[in-house]
Amino acid sequence: MKELNLPLGEEEARGLSAGECVLLSGTIYTARDCAHRRMFELLDRGEPLPFDPNGAIIYYAGPCPAPAGKVCGSCGPTTSARMNVFAPRLLDLGLGGMIGKGEMSEETRAAIVRNGKVYFAAIGGAGALYGTAIKEMECVAFPELLSEAIYRLRVERFPAVVAIDAAGNTVYFR
Amino acid sequence: MRIVNTEQIGECVYRLARRAGLTLTQDCRAALRKAADRETGAANFALGKILENEQTAKREGLPVCQDTGMSVVLLSIGQEVSLVGAPLGEAVDDGVRRAYRDGYFRKSVCDPLTRENTGDNTPAYLHVDLVEGDKIEVNYLPKGFGSENMSRLYMLTPAQGREGILSAIEETVRLAGSRPCPPVYVGVGIGGCFDSCALLSKRALLREIGSRHPRADVAAIEEEALVRINALGIGAQGFGGKVTALGVSCEIAPTHIAGLPVAVNIQCHCVRREKEVL
Repeated sequence: MKELNLPLGEEEARGLSAGECVLLSGTIYTARDCAHRRMFELLDRGEPLPFDPNGAIIYYAGPCPAPAGKVCGSCGPTTSARMNVFAPRLLDLGLGGMIGKGEMSEETRAAIVRNGKVYFAAIGGAGALYGTAIKEMECVAFPELLSEAIYRLRVERFPAVVAIDAAGNTVYFR
Repeated sequence: MRIVNTEQIGECVYRLARRAGLTLTQDCRAALRKAADRETGAANFALGKILENEQTAKREGLPVCQDTGMSVVLLSIGQEVSLVGAPLGEAVDDGVRRAYRDGYFRKSVCDPLTRENTGDNTPAYLHVDLVEGDKIEVNYLPKGFGSENMSRLYMLTPAQGREGILSAIEETVRLAGSRPCPPVYVGVGIGGCFDSCALLSKRALLREIGSRHPRADVAAIEEEALVRINALGIGAQGFGGKVTALGVSCEIAPTHIAGLPVAVNIQCHCVRREKEVL
């Protein structure tokens, strides 16, 4: 299986094909519905995002609390389709890609293609497996949102499937 | 008359919730293994990870899925039971609150408008039926919302009949596509009225995957619906494949002469449910 270090280089991103199973290592940021709404409020006010979007990967996820002695609780992906209203603008701002589960819209796919980025599918329902792939975790914004806050994660050998590649091919059955 | 303190019911909810968060049901595990044997490529990869995940959850003491759900508590209380102690709803919520705290489960319940998290996963969705006898059956179902969001209710006409029911089930799963974490388990309510039909569909999810309704005509709908769903080709996680649903269970109730309500409640592949009789 192909092992990838994040952030991805431009050539590396373009070299991935939909359907490929990969292991991801490096830094990613969690954000789901509420965190996206907050980030868009910041953008609309002309303020910077809590993390530099350039090349960054957003993981659509909201973890369980970490039990004592663990870095993170269960932390599988949530349904990406709810973030279709946010993804294109973030990709146009330089976002390196997203990790989530399930199909995304035509608008998102088009934004992935025009920016040469990639959308990875993590396996929904495999929360414990992903929780153990997280080696470091730090809240970077909106702690009051609890599991919906933005967390910076360092992951090691995080299993995923290339779901939409830079050419716009998808793994999803139509 | 049997006297039961609601605290005992709260304790039971606590036990069931703690257990449910950490394991798949046996019928679900068996169905997933069978599905993995039938698939290749990305769908096989996904199913392999899902089965591996349960082992990881067990080893690490972590919830199988981070969406530890909204707490659905269905109680059947024998009418010879007299409840004493705190109000029943409070006792149930207390069990949920403690289970989600002690189990390090995600608190996933919020105000629908402000979106402010209630912080302890309460309130539970509590439904009570009064039945004969002096026992209390407690069913606990943590319901994730990736799949709940893809559920639908149809108010069909009597003329649409059996074919209308099958089309509604197939359409719901087709429109859901990759989003509800397939392979799904499909609970169907047929009949009743607008809200009782939806509850029937949730009750259907309490049945074991692969079990058949005792009425032959209902069992035939379950079987035919499963064949039609699996012909859709959506497969595990939407990656394409033979197994889009692990099973279909239908529950029925008499309805009005003018109507044919059909509710389709989608459950993701992470089937968690626990039951105890007090």
